[in-house]
Amino acid sequence: MIQVAAFYLFASVLTACALAVICARNPVHSVLFLIACFFSAAGLFVLLGAEFIALILVIVYVGAVAVLFLFVVMMLDISFQDLRRGAMQYVPLGLGIGLVLLVELFTLYRAWPERTPVITAESTAIENTEALGRIIYTDYLFAFQVSGLILFVAMIGAIVLTHRCRPDVRRQKVAEQNRRKPSDVLEIKKVSSGSGA
Amino acid sequence: MASEQFLADYLPILVFLVIAAGLSCLMIVASLIVGKQRPDKEKLSAYECGFDAFDDARSKFDVRFYLVSILFIIFDLEIAFLFPWAVALKEIGAFGFWSMMAFLGVLTVGFIYEWKKGALEWE
Amino acid sequence: MMPVFSWASLSPALPELFLVMLGMVMVLAGLSQSEGAARSLCRVAIGGFALALMMLLGVNWDSAPVMNGMFVMDHFAGFMKLLILLGLMAAVALSVRYLEQEEIDRFEYPILIVFAGLGMMLMVSAHNLLAMYVGLELQSLSLYVLAAFRRNHSKSSEAGMKYFVLGALASGMLLFGASLVYGYTGALGFDAISHALAGGKAGAGLVIGLVFLLVGLAFKVSAVPFHMWTPDVYEGAPTSVTALFAIVPKIAAMGLLMRLLTEPFGSIMPEWQQVVWVLSLASMAVGAFAGLVQNNIKRLLAYSSIGNMGYALVGVAAGTASGMGAVILYLAIYMIMAAGTFGIVLSMRRGGRAYEDIEDLSGLSRTNPLMAWTLAFLMFSMSGIPPLAGFFGKLFIFQAAIASQFYVLAVLGVLCSVVAAYYYLRVIKVMFFDDPLDALDSDLGFSLRAVVFLSIAFVLFFIFSPDTLVETSRNAAAALFAG
Repeated sequence: MIQVAAFYLFASVLTACALAVICARNPVHSVLFLIACFFSAAGLFVLLGAEFIALILVIVYVGAVAVLFLFVVMMLDISFQDLRRGAMQYVPLGLGIGLVLLVELFTLYRAWPERTPVITAESTAIENTEALGRIIYTDYLFAFQVSGLILFVAMIGAIVLTHRCRPDVRRQKVAEQNRRKPSDVLEIKKVSSGSGA
Repeated sequence: MASEQFLADYLPILVFLVIAAGLSCLMIVASLIVGKQRPDKEKLSAYECGFDAFDDARSKFDVRFYLVSILFIIFDLEIAFLFPWAVALKEIGAFGFWSMMAFLGVLTVGFIYEWKKGALEWE
Repeated sequence: MMPVFSWASLSPALPELFLVMLGMVMVLAGLSQSEGAARSLCRVAIGGFALALMMLLGVNWDSAPVMNGMFVMDHFAGFMKLLILLGLMAAVALSVRYLEQEEIDRFEYPILIVFAGLGMMLMVSAHNLLAMYVGLELQSLSLYVLAAFRRNHSKSSEAGMKYFVLGALASGMLLFGASLVYGYTGALGFDAISHALAGGKAGAGLVIGLVFLLVGLAFKVSAVPFHMWTPDVYEGAPTSVTALFAIVPKIAAMGLLMRLLTEPFGSIMPEWQQVVWVLSLASMAVGAFAGLVQNNIKRLLAYSSIGNMGYALVGVAAGTASGMGAVILYLAIYMIMAAGTFGIVLSMRRGGRAYEDIEDLSGLSRTNPLMAWTLAFLMFSMSGIPPLAGFFGKLFIFQAAIASQFYVLAVLGVLCSVVAAYYYLRVIKVMFFDDPLDALDSDLGFSLRAVVFLSIAFVLFFIFSPDTLVETSRNAAAALFAG
C-alpha cells in the first residue's frame, strides 16, 4: 500500500518537475527542477530495488552533473527571454512529434509479450550492488576497461578545449622556494659604524 | 516492485523526506501568512553595497569553473565504479582486483596529464 | 567460484592493447617534451599504427569471440581494421605540416587520433551491443574534440559543438534501440540475439528497436536524412581533421552497421532492408543534388561523402555476401580516393594562407599541371569513369543490387551518379579552363606527397590487378555470413 503511494508520489513529482524544467522562465530554476527530477527518479529506482543506481543517480547526477549544468547556464551570456520569443509557433510541431512518440509507445505496449517476466532484484538473493560487482569487473571486463578509456579521453578533451596557460599569472613554485638557500639571495656585509651601507 | 523487507529498510528515508519537505513548506507558508509584507521598490531591488545595481546579476562565468566541474564529474564516475568493486571483491578475487587496478592505472595517467598541464591549478 | 583470467583470451586483441599502451606512453612523452612534441608524436603515431598493422597481420583471423563474447576477430574485422589503420596513417601523415602551418600543433592531436582509431577498431570487432556502444563512444568522443581542435576559431568550435550535440542525440537513439532489443530478446550478445530471433517472426517492439539502432548508426555514417551535421562539420573543422573524418570513421561505422545487420538481425532481413533502401536512395539523391550548388570544396566533399555512403548502402540493402563484399571494396577504394583528394585540398595554400573555395583552383593546370592532373584523375575516379578505381567500386555495388533484384535502386543510383558527376567535372573545368590565379605554395612536405602519390597510383593502376583486393573483401564479407 505504502509502496503504491510512494510510487505515485515520486512519479507525479517527477512528471511535474520535468514539465517545470522546460517551462521555467529562468534557466537557473530549470536546473533546480532538474535536480528535483533526479531525486524523484532515484526514488523510483529504490522502489524497483535498484538501490545502487538510485544512489549513483544522486551522487553523480545531483552532485556533479547538475552543478555542471548550473555553470553552463551561468556561462552563457544570452537573454533567454529573447530566445523564447516566437517559440509558440513550434507548439503544433512539438505536439505532433509528441503524438507520434505516444503512438509508438502504445504500439510497444501492445506488442510486449505477456510471458516475459519483469526482472527485478528479487530474483536474486544477493544485494544488487554486490550483484553488479560480481560481473562488472570480470564478465564485463571489456566494457569496463573501455569506459575507463572513455573517461581518459574525456579528461584530455576537456583540457584541450578549455585549458589556457596564462603566462602572465604568477605561480607559487614550491620546489623553487625550497631550493632557495639564504646564500643565494642574502649577502651579509659588515658595516662599520658611522659610514653607512 | 522490490521485496517488502528491502523497502522497509528505506522507510526511514521516506519518512525523513516527508518530514523535511513538510517542515520546509510549513515554514515558508507560515512566514507568508504571519509576517508583515509591505514591499516597495527599494526593498525589492538587489542590494549591492548601497549602490544602485550596475547590471544583470548574471554575468559570464569563467570557463575554468566548467573545467573544474567536468574533471570532478570524471573522478566522481571513477569512484562510482569503486563501490560495487569494494563490496564484491571477496567474490571476484585477483582477477577483479587487477581489473580495477588497470582501470585506475589508465585514469592515473589521466591524472598525471591534468596535473602536469596545470589544469588543477586555479592561477 | 572465483573467475579466472587468461592472457590467451587477450591475444586476438593484441593490436588494440598495443594502441592503448601507445596512447598512454604518448601522453607521458608529450608532457615531458616541450618543443615540437606534436611533430614527433605524429611520427610516433604513424610508426605505432604501422606496428599495430603488423601485429594485426600476425593474429589469428579466425578466432572465436573472446572476453565473454564481446570481442570477435574474424576475417571481416581483420580486413576492416587493416583499412582503418592504413587510413589513420594517411590521415596523420597529411596533418603533420598542416598543424604547424595553422599553429595548432599541440601534442594531444595525435593522441586523440590514436584513441579514435582504437575506438574504430573496437567497433568493427564488437560482438555485443554493450561493446558496440563503448567502442562507438570512444571513437566519437575523440572525434568531437578533434573537430573543435582549433578552439580559437569560431567555425571550428561551431563544428565541434554541432557534431557533439547531434552525435550525442544519435548515441541516445542508439542506446534506446539497444535497450528495446534487450527488452525483447533478453540478450546483448550478437549470437544470443540471433539465436532469440531464429525462426520466429520479429514483433513490432523489436523492429522499432532495430530501427532506432539503424537511426543511430545512420547519423554516424551521415546517411540522409541524418546528414545535417556533415557539411557544417566538414567545413568548420580544421582541414586535416576533415580529411580524417572523410577517410576513416565512415569505414568503422559502416563496418559496425554491416555486422549488426547481418549477424544478430540476419534472420529478419526484410525488416531492415526497406529502411536501408530508403536511407540509401535519399543519401544518393541529396549527395548528388545538394553538391551541385556548393562553392566551398570542403562542403562539396561533404556532400560527396554523403552520396558515397548512399552507394555503399545500396550494397548493404542487397543483403547478400556479394553485396557486403562490394561494400567493403567500395569503402576501401573511397578511402584511398578521399586521402588523395584531401592531400590536394590541404596543399591549397597561397602565401601561407589556406584557401578552400573551388574558384581558388582556377587555372591550376597552368600553374601546377602535375597537381591539376592528379586532382583531375581523382575526380574522374570519384565520378565513376572507367577504367579508374572508382568505377569498379560502383560496378560491383550495382551488380550486387541487380543480383538481389533491387532494380529500381540500382537504376536510380546510376542516375544519381550521373548527376553527381557534374560537380566533379566542374572542379576539373575550373582547373583547366578558367583564368589562372597565383601559383600555390610549392612547399608541401614529404608525407603529404607520399600519400597523394600512393593514392593516385592506386586509382590509376587498380585495373591491372584488381583480384587481390576483390578476393580479400569477398572473404571478409563471407565471414559475416559464416555464423
